[in-house]
Amino acid sequence: MRIEITDPGLLTTIQDRGRIGYAHLGVPRAGALDRRSADLANRLVGNDPNDAVLETTVSGVSFTVGGAVTIALTGARASLRVNGYERAFAEPLSLRAGARVTIGPARVGVRSYVALSGGVDVPPVLGSRSTDTLAFVGPDVLTLGASLLIGRPGGTPAEAPPTGASRVASWPGATRLRVHEGPRRYWFGGDALEGLSAVSYVVAASSNRIGLRLSGPSARATGEKRRELASEGIVLGAIQIPPDGQPVVFLNDHPTTGGYPVIGVVEPADLDLCAQLRPGSLIEFSVA
Amino acid sequence: MQLHPVGPSALLAEVPTPEAAHSLASWIRHQCPDIREVVPAAETVLFDGVIDHALLSRQLALWEPDTSPDEPPPTLCIPVVYDGPDLAAVAIIWGVPAARVVGLHTSIEFVAAFCGFSPGFAYLTGLPRSLSVPRLSTPRTRVPPGSVAIADTWCAVYPSASPGGWLILGSTELRMWDQSKAAPALISPGTRVRFTDTI
Repeated sequence: MRIEITDPGLLTTIQDRGRIGYAHLGVPRAGALDRRSADLANRLVGNDPNDAVLETTVSGVSFTVGGAVTIALTGARASLRVNGYERAFAEPLSLRAGARVTIGPARVGVRSYVALSGGVDVPPVLGSRSTDTLAFVGPDVLTLGASLLIGRPGGTPAEAPPTGASRVASWPGATRLRVHEGPRRYWFGGDALEGLSAVSYVVAASSNRIGLRLSGPSARATGEKRRELASEGIVLGAIQIPPDGQPVVFLNDHPTTGGYPVIGVVEPADLDLCAQLRPGSLIEFSVA
Repeated sequence: MQLHPVGPSALLAEVPTPEAAHSLASWIRHQCPDIREVVPAAETVLFDGVIDHALLSRQLALWEPDTSPDEPPPTLCIPVVYDGPDLAAVAIIWGVPAARVVGLHTSIEFVAAFCGFSPGFAYLTGLPRSLSVPRLSTPRTRVPPGSVAIADTWCAVYPSASPGGWLILGSTELRMWDQSKAAPALISPGTRVRFTDTI
């Protein structure tokens, strides 16, 4: 069974749990930025957690299904219309062949997830069906008219859980991100993480799947440590401080190595929050 | 060996040289196969996805810089057309005629220290300090794939088109990166490389 993309939206990509084991060859990890929401979508339609889903960015996506399928929408809350009729968010939905699905813009947050029973069945590249938007390893970003094969459904759709929406931060409060120590925190003084946690940052518009770019008070390396750093391996959630002192929180499409010091690493369980932060959102770090 | 925590499930080890990084990475891959990513770089090795920190610490304590390396891998020969836009500039920096640049470059046995920047982009060591070159002050917005370039004492072949500030000596038609293969990178950490002049 195939689906045909009738409106690709701003940036819709195929994502699964990411490309593991190739960082030493310079291959970004990729994978769904809000893993909790992607996992929920797969669970709702009876998929395996490794099945590929569609990840939208802000503006939604539309497609027509070529056969019977169960779908579910999670992540950033958005309208879901089938053949023009509004349907439920975060619940399994049975569709017949020819159904026209329209997912609207995110009302809050950034990324919504569409799971289809059987999973998006594009050929895996290096063990994953994810697209990384840094090196573009993996399937293409979705375009108008793209035709995607959907796999044979394996499992049973789940009961919809009581709360389906992801923990999307609500404006105007600050989102708190817990931070662990990073390898170069001493570049920023003995109380580096405390200093980082004492101020607020704003998510800049240049943020994307590669990382959140934050605007705020500059984090400066203290004199005796200020020197060039040879490029070193980077982890998901690493908070890197470039020369301008404006932190970058690396997300799934981060480069595998980098030459600016990493002061801390965001608590893995808080990365789903990062996936849903709009430009203009306020962030505060707290020492984990 | 200096070790640094990198969040709750990763560790960064500092080592003196790229050769030591490659050696340590190979050793730990063998001793601790369940570590999700082992990423050597110029002076460090990152261990990411560490479940058993105690085992890793014990193995790191046992490691010594390589005194008896395994059977060295075969050397990869990369044929190059040495007509790069920066060949003349490198000749001036090295203080030799342009033809001598080719002779010097092809005489070196390079070793891939690590990959980063983009898939299949391998940082090759082997250029002596005396032949170190600066990067372009304004990087090119597009370096064609297959470009053979140098910067500091590194050499690399660009696997795909990308921005870049390295000095381009020439180009090769050999494909550095093929994501359809199980071993997608032609050059991976440890690969030995020699460049040959195709005239």
